Amino acid sequence: MSAEVPVQAPAQAVPFLPMIRTLGLVSLICGFSVTLAYQWTKPYVEENQRITTERAVRAVLPQAAAQKAFVLGPDGVAPAGADSPPEDTVYVGYDAAGKIVGVAARGASRGYADLVHVMYAYDPACQCINAVRVTKMNETPGLGDAVVKDAAFQKNFEALDARVNGDGTALANRIVTVKHGTKREAWQIDAISGSTVTSKAIGRGLDQSAQRLVPRIQRHLAELERGGR
Amino acid sequence: MSLPNKEEPLTLDTFVRGIWKENPVFVTVLGMCPTLAVTNSATNAISMGLATTFVLICSNVLVSMLRKVIPKEVRIAAYIVLIASFVTVVDYAIQAISLEVYEALGAFIQLIVVNCIILGRAEAYASRQTVVNTAVNSVGTGIGFTIALLCLGVVREVLGAGTLFGVQILPGQFQPWVLMLLPAGGFFVLAGWMLLIDWLNIRKERRALEQQGATVHGQ
Repeated sequence: MSAEVPVQAPAQAVPFLPMIRTLGLVSLICGFSVTLAYQWTKPYVEENQRITTERAVRAVLPQAAAQKAFVLGPDGVAPAGADSPPEDTVYVGYDAAGKIVGVAARGASRGYADLVHVMYAYDPACQCINAVRVTKMNETPGLGDAVVKDAAFQKNFEALDARVNGDGTALANRIVTVKHGTKREAWQIDAISGSTVTSKAIGRGLDQSAQRLVPRIQRHLAELERGGR
Repeated sequence: MSLPNKEEPLTLDTFVRGIWKENPVFVTVLGMCPTLAVTNSATNAISMGLATTFVLICSNVLVSMLRKVIPKEVRIAAYIVLIASFVTVVDYAIQAISLEVYEALGAFIQLIVVNCIILGRAEAYASRQTVVNTAVNSVGTGIGFTIALLCLGVVREVLGAGTLFGVQILPGQFQPWVLMLLPAGGFFVLAGWMLLIDWLNIRKERRALEQQGATVHGQ
């Protein structure tokens, strides 16, 4: 007696070439679409970025009749381009006679939810920060976003001390955010109660950026002044 | 959600299905990540809805066009590459149109790549249906998704900020319910809308049954 063994159907061959051909075709279509979209939108994106930056600079330097962007590297001053590092870029505001009315720069530090980005104006005459605007943040509505609306907090930035030290390498005093109601010095920021984390992020962002840029601004002030003429 | 295996005839239902009967947010509860995250304002909601609709239509039409040449072994890879490409196109387009909207939507634009509404429609519908059917169905689903986001965005912005599309509409004395702008507010509003829509559907079904019963008894 012999038992019948069921015959198994041979496994179908994996369609290797069609797979490669299809994935190649899909990649080609996708590559073409993405490249085309990038090339087409690039000038519009750059223009939008330029307008956004100009608006932010105008918000902190409203008295400036003209503004120019420079890169302040450790070696000297150069006109800023599209690929300039944002942490080394400053926007110098000039009056109608070509005199510097202020220098705007960016700062950023981690807040509660994400980075808090600010644009601030530094006045070389008083060696102080006299305007700060939050340009981007994702802080909690009703709590962290108080830094934008709170008039008392904005008062911190009427003349925030940012003098350079004796050898001109850093700030004479670190900019620090202190607990609400304990501000004693001109380089301190009085935090908002309930928005302490965001207030501290703004203080840290200003300090990091000013420590890096303010000594360079003071060192190259004459070159920046000439840049406006 | 129905998964038609054979090509179905093009009817009004092909279009309307995604708006009401199979609304991706209120009925099939898909794409919850952008639904809850970006609907804190009506502008963000409509921007995300339109961006998703664009990716949905373009990628699903292409999937439908290529359905007979894409081997099933590599279909998911092919769909994801197609969707990711259109998301990149949308990403550039939004940056070109408005940097403010781009920054408000944040990472959720890039996350459209993994939006299950799009991949779900590609797998369940576009890979089995004609290009015309797919296009019509995708437009309907996209509109359904956009309307759903807008429903949430309008309520959350009005109650959370007193504004609509950035324009103050509630009087100055109104104290905004900041909770509505927080993630918890998104859940509350979504639950409210789902409750309303379910209630409407149940009422409709009950009336249909009552009419049926009356007809049977009355012969």
